[in-house]
Amino acid sequence: MSGQDFVSLLPLTVMASAAVLIMLAVSVRRSHLFVLLITLAGLAGAAAMLPVAAQAGPRNVTSLLVIDGYALFYTGLILAATFGVALFSFVYLRRREGQQEELYLLLLLAALGAAVMASSSHFASLFLGLELVSSSLFVLIAYPRGRVNIEAGVKYLILASVSTTFLLFGMALVYAQTGTMEFARLAALSGSWDGGGALVATGLGLMAVGLGFKLALVPFHMWAPDVYQGAPAPVTAFVATVSKVGVFALALRFFGQVGIRPHAHLFLLFTIVAVASMLAGNLLALLQDNVKRMLAYSSIAHLGYLLVAFLADGPLAVTAVTFYLSAYLATMLGAFGVLAVMPLRGGAEAEAVHDYRGLFWRRPWLAAAFAVILFSLAGIPMTAGFIGKFYLLDAGTGSSLWLLVFSMVAGSGISIYYYLRLVVMMYMRPREAGLRESASFPLAGSLALSAALGVIFWLGVYPAPFIDMIEKTANLK
Amino acid sequence: MILAWLILLPFAGGLLAWLAASRGDAWPRWISLIALLAELAALAVLWAGFARGGSLAAPGRWLSELDLSWIPALGARFHLALDGVGLLMLLLTTFLGIIAVVASWEGIGYRTGFFHFNLLWILAAISGVFLAVDLFLFYFFWELMLMPLYFIIGIWGHENRVYATLKFFIFTQASSLVMLVAILGLYFVHGRASGNYTFDYLKLLGTPMSSFTEMALMLGFFIAFAVKLPVLPLHSWLPDAHTEAPTAGSVHLAGLVLKVGAFGMLRFLIPLFPHAASDFSPLAMTLAVAGILYGALLAFTQTDLKRMVAYTSISHMGFVLLGVFAWNQLALEGAVIVMIAHGVSTGALFVIAGDLQDRIHSRDIDRMGGLWSMMPRMGGAALLFALASLGLPGLGNFVGEFLVLLGAYQASIPLAVLASLGFIVSTVYALWLVQGVFLGVNRRKLRLPDYNLRESAVMAALIVVITALGLYPQPVLNTARGAIKKLSGYAAGYHRPHKADPGAQPGPVAGVRRQGGGS
Repeated sequence: MSGQDFVSLLPLTVMASAAVLIMLAVSVRRSHLFVLLITLAGLAGAAAMLPVAAQAGPRNVTSLLVIDGYALFYTGLILAATFGVALFSFVYLRRREGQQEELYLLLLLAALGAAVMASSSHFASLFLGLELVSSSLFVLIAYPRGRVNIEAGVKYLILASVSTTFLLFGMALVYAQTGTMEFARLAALSGSWDGGGALVATGLGLMAVGLGFKLALVPFHMWAPDVYQGAPAPVTAFVATVSKVGVFALALRFFGQVGIRPHAHLFLLFTIVAVASMLAGNLLALLQDNVKRMLAYSSIAHLGYLLVAFLADGPLAVTAVTFYLSAYLATMLGAFGVLAVMPLRGGAEAEAVHDYRGLFWRRPWLAAAFAVILFSLAGIPMTAGFIGKFYLLDAGTGSSLWLLVFSMVAGSGISIYYYLRLVVMMYMRPREAGLRESASFPLAGSLALSAALGVIFWLGVYPAPFIDMIEKTANLK
Repeated sequence: MILAWLILLPFAGGLLAWLAASRGDAWPRWISLIALLAELAALAVLWAGFARGGSLAAPGRWLSELDLSWIPALGARFHLALDGVGLLMLLLTTFLGIIAVVASWEGIGYRTGFFHFNLLWILAAISGVFLAVDLFLFYFFWELMLMPLYFIIGIWGHENRVYATLKFFIFTQASSLVMLVAILGLYFVHGRASGNYTFDYLKLLGTPMSSFTEMALMLGFFIAFAVKLPVLPLHSWLPDAHTEAPTAGSVHLAGLVLKVGAFGMLRFLIPLFPHAASDFSPLAMTLAVAGILYGALLAFTQTDLKRMVAYTSISHMGFVLLGVFAWNQLALEGAVIVMIAHGVSTGALFVIAGDLQDRIHSRDIDRMGGLWSMMPRMGGAALLFALASLGLPGLGNFVGEFLVLLGAYQASIPLAVLASLGFIVSTVYALWLVQGVFLGVNRRKLRLPDYNLRESAVMAALIVVITALGLYPQPVLNTARGAIKKLSGYAAGYHRPHKADPGAQPGPVAGVRRQGGGS
């Protein structure tokens, strides 16, 4: 490793050091605010290192990691989202009892794992990143809140282990046949599999299943609603955004290099998964009375939409996926942010749909923010979701993936119903006093929410500079 | 740049109205009124300028144009352009916007700021639809108009509003997404053929494609426009939404949202896909005639006043569809006049229904009767607009529907004959309305106040417009003519010889036009 390699790794190093610093700080003296500040400083510092690392140029740091524009762009997304999650966690934890500081430590570690995944170019680093995310998430999901989230944590533990097994077995099969674990060399060998590639084909299929579990795609989605419901709201935000962005960035790079189109069975597998996710996700979301479960199914559907562009080919596909993921990140983060700062219902989270009844009349700004977020999820103009959805359909139509395109249209049509039902709830006249109001609106929460809303509007009205940035940096040649 | 201001003014007015609401309920009302009056004044000045400069008559050019870079990566530009038909639609939009603001001056008791915000944003988005000549921008405004409309019906609507809003939203949203796929399809077909990936309307005109592709894309557009218009099997959202909406919402829906569908067919559907539209025209015209008769018949059987007016809309918009797909100068001019006249007359009937509901808290015709003696002013206005609705000569609707029938006669004689039966059925429902509400015996011994000055002014403005349109439609026809010629030029392929529709020939149209124009 040369000095330049260390420069390239600076964003990751800064994140890791911030985590270590928190461990040391907590052992000396516990202070919630101080730990938050270290976390935010660590994230901001890592973000400040991104241009420095970019100047070192795209380079392979050992055979494990590749620090190129794509990796750095996704690292930036992960940092920004973690920043938001940390702010929401602060608001959320301050109103509750218990140990607060360790959550930030775990957040940083999980974000580090996601960033490693986005930069990985080797099965080993892929696996390291994935496990770093998963093992932090076991604890985060079960973070002290009561019986519900212990259950959620155990569920995630079991399912994550199962999916890891699939992934490992798949990697082993690919390795057994090809003798390499580097993405680039696998891609170079890609042409020679056509003959006796049954092992590789099975291996890739198993890997897709493993990653499908992490992304909660149908039919590997069963854990998602329970975990979303059980985990504390800011952690749910993290599960729905950062961990999925990391895995998707990895999947896009890996399958982009290996190629899906040449492998008919993989293409078929992904098509079935995508159609099932879009339709089942949206249909099941219709039946939910719990906002967190509803958002869980909604995010399943959104990942299904993403697969439309994932399966399309050409440079447009990568831009479309990256743009949509950014829009999805801001929107989902905002959605769970609203849940995190919502007034409490007897100490518990306000997660039932009827808790939102009349919110427009009691908390007009919070309700307006939530409405904008729901509109963005539904893909209404002037929000990021609109341009994002347009981009995905653009990519899908461009590759003539008609089945996927029309499933997406049908799914979006269905989704309007449950997003709007929540909006309707918010402007109905409140029936009773309902939730206990806290007098002041927490500053950290408003900051993070306004930032999310700002991004949603910016990407929805004038996305040209952002698209330019994606095309310049996050291209996968 | 004036075109961008025409959209920005209501946008900004809406935001200002919302923010000013904390100072008192009168603020949003005055802000909206002033913003819309300024918009109307600007449009009137523009109109007068174009008329004096003679640019209305010159086909093939936009009256005014604005083209800015927006999302280069997608090939989408912020491209606005104004033609005669667009100008008329903008005038109608602003006029009905003012009517809606004044008509709901007292009816909206809570959240007036947010109400006016939504009201003005609908107008801004609809103006955008009439101005956009970039398909991406068009779709952007097309979708944008739904959200505020949804709030207006959902928050200030009547009893069954939640059901009505969801139905309305899902119908329109699902159909729009189909159109989006069709837009993208056209984008790629054109891009692959020419290497230039663009959403620009003028560049997409005349894109070469196979007849199957053209038909598929045309149907994608047709579904979205047909839901808005509405065309017969896709109309079921309309009675619910119109009935449950507050007065201003009903006026916007009937007066403007339905026009957007017709305008879309006129500006986009037929010029972009002339051959497919031509093959499709027998079916479209049959649906149009079915809509005329079905809407009128169902209107007659309603007991809910607003529902009744809503069904008459289906009938009137059938004439527009008939005129658009007959696609000759006469029929198109007629369709434009029907669009304006229907906006004014149906808007007026919804205002009257809303005023009645404010007074007796019911829309049930069976519970009304004999109201003329107490409210002669309201009764007189209602009679006039009922007569306009049944197509009495001298009022706007007659001119439009007559021209449409003349034009349709050249396209298909049997359909024109059937459509003219609509006049008979509409007489029945219009007289039924007046009879049931204002004449007869006042059994419930209702004592109600007649129109006050504000309400009378609203009616007076509407009456002036509908009468002027009926007696002297020539300025409107002159304004529309250049634009219609231009559109006909774009869709030159529509009347090429084809099997389906042998009756339509562009030849005799010019000869008959003089009679039609002077009626």
